[in-house]
Amino acid sequence: MADSNKIVLEARGITKKFPGVLANDNVDFDLREGEVHALLGENGAGKSTLMNILYGLYKPDGGEILVNGQPISMHSPKDAITHGIGMVHQHFMLIPVFTVAENIMLGSETDHRTKPSESPLSILDREEVSRLVSKLSDKYGFKIDPHSLVGDLPVGVQQRVEIVKALYRKASILILDEPTAVLTPQEADDLFQIIRELKKQGVSIIFITHKLREVLAIADRITVMRAGKVVGSAIPSESDEHLLATMMVGREVILTVDKQPATPKETILSVRDLNVSDQRGLHAVRNLSFEVKAGEILGIAGVQGNGQTELAEALSGLLRIDGGNIELDGKNLTNATPRQLTNNGLANIPEDRQKHGLVLSYTIADNTILCDYYQAPFNKNGVLQQGEIDRYSRRLISEFDVRTPSPYVSAGKLSGGNQQKVIVARELSRNVKLVIASQPTRGLDVGSIEYIHNQIVQMRDRGVAVLLISAELDEILALSDRISVMYRGEIVTTVDAKSISKEKLGLWMAGIHPDN
Amino acid sequence: MSEPVEKENKGQALKSVLNSLMVPALAIITATIVGGIVIAVVGGNPFAAYSGLLQGAFGSVKAISETAVWATPYIFAGLAVALAFKGGLFNIGGEGQLALGATTAAFVGYALPAWVGYEMPTIVLLPITIGAGIMVGFIWGAIPGALKAFTGAHEVINTIMMNYIALNIVSFLMNGPIKDKDPLNVIARSPLIAEGARIAPIFDNLRVHWGFVLALLAAAFVWWLLWKTTLGYEIRTVGANPDAAKYAGINVKKIMTFTMGLSGLLAGLAGTIEVTGLNYRHELGFSSGYGFDAIAIALLGKNHPGGVVMAAILFAAMRNGATRMQFLTQIPVDIISVIQALILLFIAADSIIRYIYRVRQSGEKVVLTRGWGG
Repeated sequence: MADSNKIVLEARGITKKFPGVLANDNVDFDLREGEVHALLGENGAGKSTLMNILYGLYKPDGGEILVNGQPISMHSPKDAITHGIGMVHQHFMLIPVFTVAENIMLGSETDHRTKPSESPLSILDREEVSRLVSKLSDKYGFKIDPHSLVGDLPVGVQQRVEIVKALYRKASILILDEPTAVLTPQEADDLFQIIRELKKQGVSIIFITHKLREVLAIADRITVMRAGKVVGSAIPSESDEHLLATMMVGREVILTVDKQPATPKETILSVRDLNVSDQRGLHAVRNLSFEVKAGEILGIAGVQGNGQTELAEALSGLLRIDGGNIELDGKNLTNATPRQLTNNGLANIPEDRQKHGLVLSYTIADNTILCDYYQAPFNKNGVLQQGEIDRYSRRLISEFDVRTPSPYVSAGKLSGGNQQKVIVARELSRNVKLVIASQPTRGLDVGSIEYIHNQIVQMRDRGVAVLLISAELDEILALSDRISVMYRGEIVTTVDAKSISKEKLGLWMAGIHPDN
Repeated sequence: MSEPVEKENKGQALKSVLNSLMVPALAIITATIVGGIVIAVVGGNPFAAYSGLLQGAFGSVKAISETAVWATPYIFAGLAVALAFKGGLFNIGGEGQLALGATTAAFVGYALPAWVGYEMPTIVLLPITIGAGIMVGFIWGAIPGALKAFTGAHEVINTIMMNYIALNIVSFLMNGPIKDKDPLNVIARSPLIAEGARIAPIFDNLRVHWGFVLALLAAAFVWWLLWKTTLGYEIRTVGANPDAAKYAGINVKKIMTFTMGLSGLLAGLAGTIEVTGLNYRHELGFSSGYGFDAIAIALLGKNHPGGVVMAAILFAAMRNGATRMQFLTQIPVDIISVIQALILLFIAADSIIRYIYRVRQSGEKVVLTRGWGG
């Protein structure tokens, strides 16, 4: 059994400056053997910076790192690996066309003499690696076949491959960066099971997240960061979500959205037998039919990659429709252009805010007119009316609380939350009948989430139809009046939001009929 | 609008202008120093060379006039490349668009009055001549633009290929159908254009013509178009983020085609003005790479019309002063190409300059082209 008081990794007084930001300000952090230490904080709090320093990706401007009580100097991830530190990044570093074994040996290939290969011409020993991988995955209950192609594996299994990759390199300290962001609730439960198993075997784990519920479920200790500083620590048994949220944000946070029951009116959006293919020509949305009424929020739940992206793009005119039809406010707008749709009252908060939602090199002012630049009062005989644009953008910035010194800062310089606020401000300030909000709060901090949720509910209360597409179950449950679950391009069920449990929804999302 | 708002905008604008001038200025200085070292290594006196260069470029009224003559096509062609860049497109086809524009103007300029049968007044013939030249430039630019927009074929490849097509068409025409029929002529050139198709010189005894003023006006127009009109907003949005442009309801394909057309129009204008303002005919091989120098000028000018004018004048001064430099110091004019290449190198690989002078990255980076078919 691990000695629970032995400190295996310690960071003392870590300071890291980036131009204009103090990302880590004299941060102390330690990890004991065989524990799960959660690092909690909003986006931009400095969690990832600290972990990248511990993994040798950044050099700190001050402070020191100790492994097993010995100060070490780190110049690259290679040094971190030598000291037994492994990291699983939020975005996996795997090659889809390689097998599990090939991915795992990548960077530390062994040759047929089972030695680290030195010559580029030495022969790879795949069998030996496969054997080791099988052994490791049996030991921790991973159930991974070393011969399967990584690209064919579900996301949850790919994550396990990443973990095995770290263990294969003899890591005894694991850094997991937002590991549940891409998982279904069931996959997340599986991951927690694995983490408990690893813990039992003496592996020490740093678990980075901004999800409060997870922290309370899995962590032994919790450290909270805010604005580059450690602002407190807690033990799950003596803590709750409200307390942690307050610590994280630095003020009282209302976690649930305060809303009255919906009063749905006439049908605004009506979709019949919709079929859409994705970029690769694969059938992504199959025979989808649903309606959204004025004054209600329909939530589309589902694990990412089950056709929600294609659905949203088809509804906003970005993707061609193979079959079926779309009616908006009584008008048939099947395969209409984005311009025709916006002219008929569509507001679209796109899934990828940096790709579709903003022109990052433009100022905030120029971004606020992205969908309206051609209309009065911004356009007069083909000439942009700078005065109107200035006034309008200032109004939006103050109404939607965008934190910026001026409307003439380029959108790329804003934080994710403020970027999203610019989009929300632009879309919700138009005269709209239907709002499509795709992953409206992905990657945002608690404060911004609260704000955007309230804006969406306000739109509903003003009689606007809202289609909310989100992979975050909490968000779906907090906002929706009705919930449809998408699985493999189809709606598998539609339920009243008040009558369904989170667990049941999770099963629907995983393609399992919960009543069977 | 309130006063502090204006001030705040102006302050920021000024700061960003100074910031964007920093790297080009340092690149020019560094290239001049390195060029000087090269001159010294081959046994010349860099100070004498540069002073000869300056004399040749600006040393007399005539020198200044000649610099302006050189700068005229550079400004038009530089604007062509810069406008395309702003729209996210890399127009390497300036050379072909320019040659076709020039040939068209040369043809219309002599053939139309001959066909009509009487001397046409300038006010009628000149606009028709220029209009024909830029129309052909527009079409020659719009073709690769449309190919990119509708099929995804990369405009870099297609503009290069269309250069070959254009230059060979011009060569055919100059050697055959529209060759100057004068029995004494052995050169592949068109006949002189009619008086009515010519742009007048500004001064009696200097070659600088009103085309130079037109070039400056064109720069102002391009600036106004890009930053003050909705069409410019569409062009820049498609250039900065085509996905967001599509989302915003902009017809990306139409704008791409039109942007390349406009770019071709400006390149065509470069050739047209050379014919109507300076040479009064087209001759094979006259263009000596304006279309390619234009890329360097656009990059040095940071794709800003004002920057393009400054860069064009700099390149023109170097080309024009080089002859005087060679005459005075026997250093071959080719050293100018070395310096120009160095400037371009330092602009493209700006991290060298940023490293040497410790200039922090600000604003957008130079992006030459996106991925193939992107």
